[in-house]
Amino acid sequence: MSEHSPAFSLRRIAAMVLRHWYLLRSSWPRLLEIVYWPAVQMTMWGFLQLHVAKQPGALALAAGTFLAAVLLWDVLFRGQLGFSISFLEEMWARNLANLMISPLRPVEFVIALIVMSVIRLAIGFVPVSLLAIAFFGFNFWSLGLALAAFFANLLFTSWAVGMFCSGLVMRQGLGAEGLTWSLMFLFLPLTCVYYPVATLPQWLQPIAWALPPTAVFEGMRALVIEHAFRADLMAWALALNALWLAGAAVAFQALLAAARRGGSLLQVGE
Amino acid sequence: MTAPVIKAERLSKHYGEAIAVDGISFAIASDSITGLLGGNGAGKTTTIGMIMGLVAPTAGRVTVLGADMAHEPHRVLHRMNFESPHVDLPHRLTVRQNLTVFGMLYGVADVEGRIARLAGDLDLGEFIDRPAGKLSAGQKTRVALAKALVNEPEVLVLDEPTASLDPDTADWIRGHLERYRKGKQATILLASHNMGEVERLCDRVIMMKRGCIVDDDAPARLIVRYGRHTLEEVFLDVARGRRKPSLATQEEAAS
Repeated sequence: MSEHSPAFSLRRIAAMVLRHWYLLRSSWPRLLEIVYWPAVQMTMWGFLQLHVAKQPGALALAAGTFLAAVLLWDVLFRGQLGFSISFLEEMWARNLANLMISPLRPVEFVIALIVMSVIRLAIGFVPVSLLAIAFFGFNFWSLGLALAAFFANLLFTSWAVGMFCSGLVMRQGLGAEGLTWSLMFLFLPLTCVYYPVATLPQWLQPIAWALPPTAVFEGMRALVIEHAFRADLMAWALALNALWLAGAAVAFQALLAAARRGGSLLQVGE
Repeated sequence: MTAPVIKAERLSKHYGEAIAVDGISFAIASDSITGLLGGNGAGKTTTIGMIMGLVAPTAGRVTVLGADMAHEPHRVLHRMNFESPHVDLPHRLTVRQNLTVFGMLYGVADVEGRIARLAGDLDLGEFIDRPAGKLSAGQKTRVALAKALVNEPEVLVLDEPTASLDPDTADWIRGHLERYRKGKQATILLASHNMGEVERLCDRVIMMKRGCIVDDDAPARLIVRYGRHTLEEVFLDVARGRRKPSLATQEEAAS
């Protein structure tokens, strides 16, 4: 064995991605779960959109955004779950200590979780977006380059939240697992997924604008209703995401250090 | 005189008011097997956690191969490995998949070749493509040991490596550890409740009680000093605070 181990290794990241790929491949219920809920959500909102679109006036116009909103919300939610569940798999398997005493660095671990988030999202999202075309004639991909900007910003936020939740579980044990599943739902009303920010009371609007996904959902509505790409909103979301990711990275490191102090890495449990 | 491979200096760990490890110091030389003995709550697992960099000391420090494990563990983690009943391998992955992942994590150059050698050495062939969660206790222990040896570590830390094994499998594991130590001049630290195992394998025993080191010597010398026939009797004396070695027996052992 060499005297030195590289400070950063793509091979170690690949090892972690391979570990989760083996797991997904070996478990059809896990694969089904990734596709199942997005498909159910898309179907429900698709029918609602069909119904509302038949109504006269502004309501019909707003209905046009429902499917785009639900699919983008799913990118945010599934992106975070993809990150957090891959982390939780290590806790459930009591494998975290094995990883922490291996040469795997925290930054490599986080990058592997990000890759898994993208893989899990792709497994769920691509078939569901194709179903939206087949059932409701809604081609999400027709949003074009704007879609890439929406995706990138939502994924950045999902990784920041995933990193924070994983740090909490690492420090507090599996008793904090519930946060992983529920924290993102706080974003549902505040990021204005289905309605404009102007709907919120005045005092709540600055809080909404401090959340990067708010700008994405506003941008989506501008694109679908007014056919205008709001680069200013995307730049705002990107700047906020840079802050969020930096904050989440600091929190993850601090929670890892606290887990070492508290001895929770050695005996994983509740 | 070579530098110690593992060195603890006034090492302490407190969890709030509870003192798990209380200012212990010891040094472990290379090419040796050292036993860490003590009853439940003696501080063995916490000490091992600090040696592996999983637990941050409250005070003092521990170095392994010259690296401070609280601040720079990644300098040496690729030269160490660990097995413990407190950790597990992913159950749904096969033995081969688990060893492949850990081989890559540890930077093993020829992972397939290494797995083939481990399969031969540890007799894993029959179940190497079976999910790790579907193995018997003995098979799981052999796989955990294979994971711990995947990078041919210079420093191997084992927490109760033969707990819950039948005598035949436990004996087989001990034999393998002895061969590994001789073959690689490795340094092995072993926490165990099995006194026969410690007596057979260890060159030296560190005895802990309530977070402190209460004795530290070769097993045979401990037995003489305590005037007992087996290490188990010595352990019971220490655990129950029944007697301390007399000066006469200490001098006898020293001579």
